[in-house]
Amino acid sequence: MNIVVTVKQVPDTWAEKKLDAADKTVDRVSVDNVMNEMDEYGVEEALKIKEAHGGEVTVVTMGPAKAVETIRKALSMGADKAVHLTDDALHGSDALQTSAALAKVIASLSPDLVITASEASDARGGVMGALLAERLGLPQLTQARKVTVDPGAGKVAIERLADNGYSLVEASLPAVVGVVEKINQPRYPSFKGIMAAKKKPLTTLSAGDAGLDAGSVGLAAAASTVLDANPAPPRQSGTIVKDEGDGGTKIAGFLAAQKLI
Amino acid sequence: MAEVLVLVEHADGEPKKVTGELLTLARELGEPAAVFTGAPGTYAKAKAYLAEYGAAKVYVVESDDVAEYVGAPIAEVLAKLVGDAAPTAVLVAATADSREIAARTAAKTDSGLIWDAVAVTGDLVATQGVFGGSTIVQSKVTKGTPVIVVRPNSTAPVAAPGSPAEVTVDIAISDVAKSAKIVDRVAEAKSGRPDLTEAQVVVSGGRGLGAAEHFALVEKLADTLGAAVGASRAATDAGWYPHQNQVGQTGKTVSPQLYIAVGISGAIQHRAGMQTSKTIVAINKDPEAPIFEFADYGLVGDLFNVVPQLTDEIEKRKG
Repeated sequence: MNIVVTVKQVPDTWAEKKLDAADKTVDRVSVDNVMNEMDEYGVEEALKIKEAHGGEVTVVTMGPAKAVETIRKALSMGADKAVHLTDDALHGSDALQTSAALAKVIASLSPDLVITASEASDARGGVMGALLAERLGLPQLTQARKVTVDPGAGKVAIERLADNGYSLVEASLPAVVGVVEKINQPRYPSFKGIMAAKKKPLTTLSAGDAGLDAGSVGLAAAASTVLDANPAPPRQSGTIVKDEGDGGTKIAGFLAAQKLI
Repeated sequence: MAEVLVLVEHADGEPKKVTGELLTLARELGEPAAVFTGAPGTYAKAKAYLAEYGAAKVYVVESDDVAEYVGAPIAEVLAKLVGDAAPTAVLVAATADSREIAARTAAKTDSGLIWDAVAVTGDLVATQGVFGGSTIVQSKVTKGTPVIVVRPNSTAPVAAPGSPAEVTVDIAISDVAKSAKIVDRVAEAKSGRPDLTEAQVVVSGGRGLGAAEHFALVEKLADTLGAAVGASRAATDAGWYPHQNQVGQTGKTVSPQLYIAVGISGAIQHRAGMQTSKTIVAINKDPEAPIFEFADYGLVGDLFNVVPQLTDEIEKRKG
């Protein structure tokens, strides 16, 4: 199995996230950045499938130079090699442009399986798996809480999360799988893994190297634009009451006063 | 007036409330044209509702092809209609399925995509709350036909009865779109409660509940209020409640009139999924819990005493 797993470096969940004042893209400079948490589950799933069926796991990311830290993390977890698409010209690309760029890189790797996370914690679009499937012309097996691969038969099946349960979805390989975070328990990189990661092959591609048309990438060519961005008015803390045996009644009183019951 | 396409959100033909919200919004932007896609025989159940909420036209695709495969076939339908009808915009609901369909539609039509809009003005400027609602953004599609994913509970559905023209869409779904086949649908919960993202009231439970069986307290309170049940990530990670009910980052985003957090500390991951709720009530024994920093009404106390009393009191007031 030739498995590609996409990862993204994002501002730490605990960091105060904001948009850059000048170009209104996500500020990735003034915050701590980490691997998107859900991507850890994607990497883990790729490693589990490799361990069960053999093959190789290639990490693919698009992002600024320091996104290499996130690549290192995936390699230290056990991925075999990585491709880093990085170019100032890509800055400000929207999800549609990003999916087109990633698809170009991924297609060049001819994978049997592409694994992505269902969502990144910065933009929270939840669309990358669908977009990669669209761009690559592959089956879309997103929202997966369980993945079963049968390389011999060339088949893959998932349990796709639904509102009241799940759908069993089947497809032929190659396919794009999007995982949710209940699918597994990501491993921690071992010391040995961290040391080994430093020697693993890492290919760095510019937009041109990846065959991307310079006029199609980056903020200026994005299909949507942010006109204005402002901090939301902060929520004020309201009434805080200590329970003295009548807490439930007090809440009911508050709800009634607000005409909520 | 140009059409505004609205993808009908439904369960086996029964329209979801968000469909009425989108049609109401579409009426302000142009001529609302509903797009119904479903298995054969399902449209009949949606027909009256779509007329009630002012669809001027309904595009109908009833086939196994749009019902039995993940996402791609419906995106082909929308892309075809974008080409044929040249609409002003395409509106879809911010559900997991539909946002994926919206994205594929935007890719197919080389159009811009905006997700999680909470308002859209006549000039198609969308308002979004990003970073869990801490930053408010106004954005606009600059290319193609705007595909806008709208959050449930963003617009109050207002009826505007009419008699829409029905148009059967003649489309052959491509083989590549029929590659991820839904072979079974398994229901794990048949609660009869409202959908989490559509509910006007949500009662959520967290780590403070201590065990799966204690979610019964949350469910009882929810049922008294006609509410949906949510859960924090701590509760779903522990296996106390289904992942589908998770509220917050990596879960669902809700924006109800009333959100009651039971035994939830209100860490940033949870806050990101519920802080745009109109009124937030928190019950937690830890007075230092971050949720008290943004709750409208906070009760510091033992949820095992407070919640049953609250449930009883609401019952009593209902008479």
